[in-house]
Amino acid sequence: MNEMTPPKTERTAALKGLGSARKRVEDARFTQGKGNYVDDIKLPGMLFGDFVRSPYAHARIKSIDAEKAKALPGVIAVLTAADLAPLKLHWMPTLAGDVQMVLADGKVLFQGQEVAFVVAENRYIAADAVELVEVDYEELPVVVDPFKAEAPDAPVLREDLAGKSEGAHGPRRHHNHIFTWEQGDRDATEKVLASADVVAEEMVYYHRTHPCPLETCGCVASMDKVNGKLTVWGTFQAPHAVRTVASLISGIAEHNIRIISPDIGGGFGNKVGVYPGYICSIVASIVTGVPVKWVEDRMENLMATAFARDYWMKGKISATKDGRITGLWCHVTADHGAFDACADPTKFPAGFFNICTGSYDIPVAYLAVDGVYTNKAPGGVAYRCSFRVTEAAYFIERMIEVLAIRLGMDSAELRAKNFIRKDQFPYHSALGWEYDSGDYHTAWDKALKAVDYEGLRREQAQRLEDFKAGKTRKLIGIGLTHFTEIVGAGPVKNCDILGLGMFDSCEIRIHPTGSAIARLGTISQGQGHATTFAQILASEIGIPADDITVEEGDTDTAPYGLGTYGSRSTPVAGAATAMAGRKIRAKAQMIAAYLLEVHDDDVEWDIDRFAVKGAPERFKTMKEIAFAAYNQAIPGIEPGLEAVSYYDPPNMTYPFGAYICVMEIDVDTGEHEIRQFYALDDCGTRINPMIIEGQVHGGATEGYAIAMGQEIAYDEMGNVKTATLMDFFLPTAWETPHYTTDFTVTPSPHHPIGAKGVGESPNVGSVPAFSNAVHDAFRAFGLTQTHMPHDHWRIWRTAHELGLHG
Amino acid sequence: MIPAPFDYHRPDTVEAAVKLMADLGDSARVIAGGHSLIPLMKMRMTDIAHLVDLQKIGALKGIAIDGDTVTIGAMTTQQELIGNAALAGAAPIIREAALQIADPQVRYVGTIGGNVANGDPGNDMPGLMQCLDATYHLQGPDGAREIKARDFYEAAYFTARADDEILTAISFQAPAGGQAYVKQKRKTGDYATAAASVIIAKSDGNCSAASIAMTNLSDTPVWCEAAGQALAGSPLGEADVENAVRAMLAVINPQDDNKGPAEFKRHTAAVILRRAIERAASRA
Ligand SMILES: Cc1cc2nc3c(=O)[nH]c(=O)nc-3n(C[C@H](O)[C@H](O)[C@H](O)COP(=O)(O)OP(=O)(O)OC[C@H]3O[C@@H](n4cnc5c(N)ncnc54)[C@H](O)[C@@H]3O)c2cc1C
Repeated sequence: MNEMTPPKTERTAALKGLGSARKRVEDARFTQGKGNYVDDIKLPGMLFGDFVRSPYAHARIKSIDAEKAKALPGVIAVLTAADLAPLKLHWMPTLAGDVQMVLADGKVLFQGQEVAFVVAENRYIAADAVELVEVDYEELPVVVDPFKAEAPDAPVLREDLAGKSEGAHGPRRHHNHIFTWEQGDRDATEKVLASADVVAEEMVYYHRTHPCPLETCGCVASMDKVNGKLTVWGTFQAPHAVRTVASLISGIAEHNIRIISPDIGGGFGNKVGVYPGYICSIVASIVTGVPVKWVEDRMENLMATAFARDYWMKGKISATKDGRITGLWCHVTADHGAFDACADPTKFPAGFFNICTGSYDIPVAYLAVDGVYTNKAPGGVAYRCSFRVTEAAYFIERMIEVLAIRLGMDSAELRAKNFIRKDQFPYHSALGWEYDSGDYHTAWDKALKAVDYEGLRREQAQRLEDFKAGKTRKLIGIGLTHFTEIVGAGPVKNCDILGLGMFDSCEIRIHPTGSAIARLGTISQGQGHATTFAQILASEIGIPADDITVEEGDTDTAPYGLGTYGSRSTPVAGAATAMAGRKIRAKAQMIAAYLLEVHDDDVEWDIDRFAVKGAPERFKTMKEIAFAAYNQAIPGIEPGLEAVSYYDPPNMTYPFGAYICVMEIDVDTGEHEIRQFYALDDCGTRINPMIIEGQVHGGATEGYAIAMGQEIAYDEMGNVKTATLMDFFLPTAWETPHYTTDFTVTPSPHHPIGAKGVGESPNVGSVPAFSNAVHDAFRAFGLTQTHMPHDHWRIWRTAHELGLHG
Repeated sequence: MIPAPFDYHRPDTVEAAVKLMADLGDSARVIAGGHSLIPLMKMRMTDIAHLVDLQKIGALKGIAIDGDTVTIGAMTTQQELIGNAALAGAAPIIREAALQIADPQVRYVGTIGGNVANGDPGNDMPGLMQCLDATYHLQGPDGAREIKARDFYEAAYFTARADDEILTAISFQAPAGGQAYVKQKRKTGDYATAAASVIIAKSDGNCSAASIAMTNLSDTPVWCEAAGQALAGSPLGEADVENAVRAMLAVINPQDDNKGPAEFKRHTAAVILRRAIERAASRA
């Protein structure tokens, strides 16, 4: 028999487990247009809902007249706040401990706010009826500037909070103030800054932008009046959390609610929160007794569904003359819009922004974040990043550049001088985190070498000379970034959402013939979970990944989990998967020992089988073991082969990376060309290199868009100026840069397979790389800081202000 | 993004279309490729009760080159402009410009007639047609008439075409000399931040004639007669080019928008024009 056993390498390869560049199993259906998204769901008798939205950023509603709309044939109902009030559903809780209007209650607070919900036989009639609802508004003064929000005479935005000096996160000092969040040691930091050799100070703005997933948000709510069950299909990044929240809000028992996330066309944080459309659809279905669908259009998505960023970050960083950083101080003015609807773990009103000491060993630091209300859409979600980690990475990577300028130092050298050293891990940061692992110097040296950093600097210097001599009008910028993320929320002891601990789960069933199904509490929105989680399991339990179905997104079948965002799926649910797999293996070991008639300890695991120690020709494959689990009575062992694991991670994971962007800038038109983009990621153990590469390409392309043009802009009246894809920049293949990817591997010491998560790293790391390249191009002319997005006219303005136009 | 209800008509001759337009009155609009009109309808920025679709009218399609006279049917798609070798020979600037319009998906459907009749200052073809001194052929209830592209545009979305007239074709003389269409845009599928159409004829090393038009820098395309005159008869030296640029700047009137403030646009208009002159001259 032993001649017939294929060699280990062959058996390992056949599993397509960890490290295999296995093709994505999802793509067969996506590339053939056979995905099943919310808007593909069609149920008998289904009605459509559509919103009447506010044209004003701040106005009192004097009256709503829906009579003409109701008279339109095919219109079933028009809901307003008055209709929802008796059910106490005209307001809803937000994930951040605030409340938000479901439908405008007396006033509107941002352009595009939901005012009334029209329910009609089809979406065409609904759209016509929306036009017929007459709303009488009285315009109120508008606050769009977060720095003016707290002026003594600023208009009162949230009348519902009148007199409330205590918010969800402590005292409020003004009627438009939401919270102050402080971390670190203020006195010690200010003392260090006061006596430092060098202090660099700058305002760094990370502008408001939007995740803009290709599929907008939507749902189909179906109340079955016969069995009392409510089923909601929706674009939910956290289906179980939605179920629990829906139960708490509506009073419907949780076992009577079933939430299903079908295929999701991108989420990027946009689909974490609860939106008025969901509540209105559910109410409408309960009232009408038939299913109700609501799917927002692109403009609604951009105007009203959760935005991202909008952080004004004032920083001070101090150092010795020779470039050793001694302290970091930061104050953030966070523009949250009309309601605080950030999707952060409850105890973290500014997310994990206190990772803003970055990759550097900074002895002392202080951070304060002030959240304010303005007349803009609510949100503040983590757009392909862990909570506020992109803002933090951008802040520190800009401050490093600003400090390098103050010191007259090369910023690559400044970084290397201040990196947390490999021997310092686990590292306790001045702002309270315990970095699990890292090897920054190795990654950094590899990156600089890969791009021939010295050579690039020489070329840049030559170009500068040519520019000054009038031989060219193009400058070269070299953008450096070394980022450290904090992902995988998270330990239940400090991370929860509305009281739900942020563990995650996996349940595995091995079928008698040796294939398997695994169900998880997460939900893929393009990450390829069905591919990669099967690979984790394949390596753990020796069943080929191709024989493992991964299923997510149905709360009636999946174990409870907190969903997918913040790069938490691999760190948390991936760990649960490995742990559940180990439970399977432990039972399989007992079965194998029984079948081989030896003691449990006398068999050992060998890729896809258990073999008798010292007698490898005596073995039982997982396939044989699986069958045995179902077909014979084994003394002392229950039949079947199933396991479930709920994993509460002991710590976050800390992926990191070194990104370098080389950009050419035309100073006359403000146009740019990305000549080179090098991305080195260390995400610990690499599960599927092809998927990692794809994630890096996608995230870096989002980062490119954000840095170079993408924004949600308002005029002074609070009108959204960028509500269509004509003005909101989504790169096409034509604009998308070419990327060179690379890696180092520093496994997480506490994760069962050492994986750290990678989906968000490229968005976090690329934005500062692109932006630093723009800044670097102009460094020789005295630029220290200018704000994103670096679109043509803003780059042109920089060149203009620096006198480069003669 | 759902338009208000409308009726749809699909005539198969120009005469039938003209009659429909006359009969239906104000509330009717012709639709060609729909790639300017449908977005407006979906955003409910325009109220149209009747759409008269020109797709079925074969007589409106095609490119004919007769000696020096080029005639392009209104329903010729932008993709057909790009793919036509004879046209690329007679007036390569059309292909160069069409390739910078939108993206292939739009160009396979969008027509030259719709592009010039639309009246949106962002459209690329109107300025180009002014540069070429093209003639628009219109047909209305009272018969056919011709109008110069240079006389056609009155203000954004206002043109000399009467509501019940249909643009049937565009014609022009194949230009002598070098041509260039230079456009700055933020991304694929974007209208111009600034664009310039330039034709330069040379004899004995000097510029003998020049025509210059600018796009998206006013509420209409801007044919800059004086800018062309500044080049005509000159050796195209730096001072001559700057004279042309100054003449151009005197007649454009850009506005602040998401693409940038007017000051920036004036600056890029000058840069773009210099580049277009240089390129056209190098091809002359
Ligand atoms: C994403 C996107 C990007 C774009 N980018 C650009 C760009 O960069 N540059 C550019 O120039 N254009 C651009 N366009 C517009 C595109 O080129 C349109 O196709 C063109 O403007 C209109 O042509 P159409 O055939 O689609 O006309 P339609 O949209 O059908 O019609 C436009 C208008 O012209 C009228 N009309 C059409 N044909 C006739 C006729 N024969 N007689 C009388 N009236 C007529 C219609 O009534 C309507 O008012 C873009 C469009 C999109 C959707």
